[in-house]
Amino acid sequence: MSAQQAKPRLATIWLDGCSGCHMSFLDIDERLLDLVGRADLVYGALVDAKEFPEGVDVTLVEGAVGSAEDLRRLLIVRERTRTLVSLGDCAITTNVPGMRNSFGPGPALERAYLQNATLNLQVPKVGLPPLLPESLPVHACVPVDVYITGCPPSADRIFQAISAVLDGRLDEAAPETKFG
Amino acid sequence: MSEVRTLVIDGKDVAASSDQSILSAARESGIRIPTLCHLEGLSDVGACRLCVVELEGSPKLLPSCTTKVEEGMKVTTTSERLVAYRRNIIELFFVERNHVCSVCVANNNCELQSHARALSLNHFSLPALHPELEVDATHERFVLDQNRCILCTRCVRVCDEIEGAHTWDIRGRGVGSRLVSDLGTPWGSSPTCTSCGKCVQVCPTGALSEKGRSVSEPKARRPYLPYLVKAHGRTG
Repeated sequence: MSAQQAKPRLATIWLDGCSGCHMSFLDIDERLLDLVGRADLVYGALVDAKEFPEGVDVTLVEGAVGSAEDLRRLLIVRERTRTLVSLGDCAITTNVPGMRNSFGPGPALERAYLQNATLNLQVPKVGLPPLLPESLPVHACVPVDVYITGCPPSADRIFQAISAVLDGRLDEAAPETKFG
Repeated sequence: MSEVRTLVIDGKDVAASSDQSILSAARESGIRIPTLCHLEGLSDVGACRLCVVELEGSPKLLPSCTTKVEEGMKVTTTSERLVAYRRNIIELFFVERNHVCSVCVANNNCELQSHARALSLNHFSLPALHPELEVDATHERFVLDQNRCILCTRCVRVCDEIEGAHTWDIRGRGVGSRLVSDLGTPWGSSPTCTSCGKCVQVCPTGALSEKGRSVSEPKARRPYLPYLVKAHGRTG
């Protein structure tokens, strides 16, 4: 086996979130080069791969589980990932996406697309997955191994967490916790 | 008349006055017990249960803020069991209402948030209730957001005991309890509220806030409360 193949396989996935956690991930700046040396980024918003691959060592999940499509993707991710990381408050508490849970998906869509719109009043349906009755935290759907709190978690904390997880030190991945 | 009592807290011999709480005796001896509903200068009600301690010979946990010291007590303020209960308490506060730290006026200035941090809470096992709750923005200067209220009753006590207005009260029971002004009328039309803002100052979360304050904006530290508390002659 070549050294290239021996590198751990890292993936990210973006569910019901604002992409802020991915932005914060990019904010690790030049340390991205360290990371590329230590792991292969095989899937995610930063990689041009259509299908979530098999045999992924670490996947960072951003966002709550808001739609049937989010849930379908998450189940595949869990099945094909060794260490699953809930990245950020949306994945962990549902955060802002979960604010609709007090009202339900119907009233939330009505508010966004009918009451607050002036042109072409309609709730978009074509080609869009239906919202789940409730936005759910990732760990309510599949087992999660590591939690990194924050909205977003800082770049330093993300880098520390990825480094620790890649080294198999899960206990040291996120010693600091803070919501918000 | 108060008398001297001797007790042991976390293995340390402590002398306290018979009218002191375990919490007060512990703090005087430099032993830190986490608290949330307690505020120096106000009466104690044991609402949050965060300050629970173990007492030798008692199967029950006792709130240290409302339990008076007794001769020969052996108190433990930190143990695996106590930390587990404290984590449960903070988790229950979070899931009972809608605490969305990232968009809350109290973000980074919130005692609920900092307790979660101190207890290393990184997720909640219980499902969140996500109740539909009201925001009362009828007052000219302040806002009451029920989504963030943890029913600690600091506002009720400061308004009654320090300001003397008794605008606030708690209506209902259990999970249906609500902070209300003047028997449930809008805050803005309250005939008793003096708009002093003490309730806003003592609120540990983002339930009571000043209008115009944005997310994560530092809370103005008004120094008047400690002076008033001193003037009122209470020591907590």
